[in-house]
Amino acid sequence: MANLAGAVETAHVSSLHSSGSVNPGDFPVPTGREEEWRFTPLSKLRGLHADAPLGSSGVTVSVEAAPELAVERHEPAERAHVSPGRPFVPADRVSARAFAAVTAATVITVPKETTASAPTYVRITGTDAAAAAAGHLVIDVQPYGRATVVIDQTGSATYANNVEIHVADGGDLTVVALADWAGDTVQVAHHVATLGRDAHLAHFAVTLGGAVVRLSPTVRYAGPGGDAELHGIAFATGSPRNTGGQHLEHRLFVDHDTPKCRSRVGYKHALSGEGARTVWIGDVLIRPEATGTDTYEYNRNLVLTDGAHADSVPNLEILTGEVVGAGHASTSGRLDDEHIFYLQSRGIPFEEARRLVIRGFFGELIAKIGVPELEERITAAIEEELA
Amino acid sequence: MSTLEIRDLHACVSEADGSLREILRGVNLTVADGETHAIMGPNGSGKSTLAYALAGHPKYTVTSGSVTLDGEDVLAMSVDARARAGLFLAMQYPVEVPGVSVSNFLRTAVTATRGEAPKLRNFVKEMNGAMGALSIDPKFAERSLNEGFSGGEKKRHEILQLELLNPKVAVLDETDSGLDVDALKIVSEGINRFRAQPGHGVLLITHYNRILQYVQPDYVHVFVAGRIVAEGGAEFAKVLENEGYEKFTGAAASA
Repeated sequence: MANLAGAVETAHVSSLHSSGSVNPGDFPVPTGREEEWRFTPLSKLRGLHADAPLGSSGVTVSVEAAPELAVERHEPAERAHVSPGRPFVPADRVSARAFAAVTAATVITVPKETTASAPTYVRITGTDAAAAAAGHLVIDVQPYGRATVVIDQTGSATYANNVEIHVADGGDLTVVALADWAGDTVQVAHHVATLGRDAHLAHFAVTLGGAVVRLSPTVRYAGPGGDAELHGIAFATGSPRNTGGQHLEHRLFVDHDTPKCRSRVGYKHALSGEGARTVWIGDVLIRPEATGTDTYEYNRNLVLTDGAHADSVPNLEILTGEVVGAGHASTSGRLDDEHIFYLQSRGIPFEEARRLVIRGFFGELIAKIGVPELEERITAAIEEELA
Repeated sequence: MSTLEIRDLHACVSEADGSLREILRGVNLTVADGETHAIMGPNGSGKSTLAYALAGHPKYTVTSGSVTLDGEDVLAMSVDARARAGLFLAMQYPVEVPGVSVSNFLRTAVTATRGEAPKLRNFVKEMNGAMGALSIDPKFAERSLNEGFSGGEKKRHEILQLELLNPKVAVLDETDSGLDVDALKIVSEGINRFRAQPGHGVLLITHYNRILQYVQPDYVHVFVAGRIVAEGGAEFAKVLENEGYEKFTGAAASA
C-alpha cells in the first residue's frame, strides 16, 4: 500500500487484475494455484507459460486484405516497431514472453473514414507443433474506418500470440478469431482492444480445434460512447482413448474505465465426450470513474455427455453507484428434454432433433458474424463435431 | 382410413422424488374416421396427461392398456415414430426452441413425416399459403421456434403444423385457451379444414364449451379422475357448461 495516493481511482482497483509488464521476468512462472491459472492444464502447455524458447518457425502468417486496407510486415530492429505508436503492456507471463520474443509483427491499418469492401483474412497456419512460436498482430482502425478482420487459424502449432486491436473514434470493427486448429495445437492468445469515442467492436471467438486453447480477450475504452460486443463459441470434444480431451478456455476482461460505455458479452460452449473441458471467465470491472456504464454478460454451457466438464465464472465488480445497467448470467446444463420432445413429436428422429437444437444453440451467435462464407464454415465444423 | 383405439389405458407420472403417481385409470375411447371427439373435464382430471401419454412424453409411464392407430401398436413406438405414423399433438404450451427457425423446423418436420424432402420452392409456396390461411405474418418463418410468440401466435402455429403435417388423428390440448374471439375463429377454421378432409379424426381436449361452438364435435366425453365417466352428443357440452362437473366428480369419487 506504499503508493496508495497514486493508485487511487486509476489503476488496479480490482483485486483480480494486477498491473502488466513488458518484462517476462516480472511475472513468476505460474504454478497452477493462481486464480488466473487454476483452470489451465499447465503440464500441457509445452512450456509456453514457463521458459520454452519461442521462435518464429512453425507458424506462417499471410494476409488477404480488402483493397482499401494497408498491410505492413514489421521485422523490427527496434522494439517500438512491433507495436507502433502505442505502448503494449502484456498482462501475464505468456503474453510478455511472446511480446519479448516476436521478431516480426503484422500491422493492418484501416485508413481514416474508409470502409473496407470485403473481409480481410489473416491466415495463421501452424506447420510444426514441435517448434514453439510467438506472434504479434496489430489491427489499427483509424477514425471512422470500418472493416471486418478474420483471424483464421489452422494447422499444428505451439503458439503464444498477442493481438492488439485499436478502434479509433467512430470506428467500427468486426474481428472473428477462428481457432480451427489441428488436434495437437496448443495456443495461448491475448487480444487486447482499445475503443475510442463512439467506437464499436464486435469480437467473435470461435474456438473449435486444438488440444489446449486459452484465449483472453480484453477491452478498454479511450473515450465515452465505446461499444464492445464480445461473442464466443467453443465446442470441446473428449478423447475416445481417454488420452485427454480438448481444453478450451475463454477469459474475458472488460475494463470499464471511461464513462458512458457499453459492453455485451455472450459466450456459448458445448462439450461432448470423456475429458472434454471448457472454461469461461467473465471479468467485468466498472471503475469509479466509469459512470453511466451499461454492461451485461452471459455464458451458457451445453454439456452433451457424461465425463465432460464446464467451468463458468462470471465476475462483476462495480465500483460506482451510477450505472445504467450491470448484469450477468451463467447456465450449464444438458439438452432440454422438452425441446427434444417437441421436435420428436413432429416426426423428427432423436438424432436429428438433437442436431437441430445444438445448431440452434450456436446459430443465434453465428448469425451475428455477418460473413456468410464464414458462418457456413463454422456451422459445418460444428456439424462435424456432432457427427 | 384412420382409427385410434385406446383400451383400458393406465398411466403414471414420475414425481420429483422418483415415485410414480397414477393419473390415467382405465381410459377407453375410439376415434374413428371422420369423427371429432371432445373431452371435457375439471382441472386436474388427467385430460392433458392423456394427450401427452398418447404422444409419448417421457414424463409419463403407461402401466397397462393399449393404444393402436389403424391396428399398429402406438405404445411400442418412439415419440417421432408416433408422429410419422399419423398422430399429432397440438400442445397447450409449446416450448420455445432458440435458434431453430420456424421455416427450418417445418421443413424438417414435413420431410420426416412425408418420408422425403419437399422441393424448396414448392414447400415455401405451401408454407406461405398455410400461413396466410391462419393470418400468420410471413416474417414468422424466420423467427426462432415459438420464441417470443404470444399465446395466440403459438396456438396458430400449432394449427399451422397440423395442416402441413397432415396426420391421421389430431389431439388438440386446450387449443382454445388464451385465445381472443378472432384468434379462436381463425384456429377453429384451421381445425375444420383439417377434419373436412377424408381419413382424419380429431380428439379435442377442452375445459370450456367455447371452442365447440366453432368446432362441433360428434361426441362429448366427461373426463374425471383419470377416465371417461359419461358421454353424449354435441348438445351435451352445453349441459356440462350449465351444470358443471360436480355430479360427475361425486360419482367418480364414490366409484
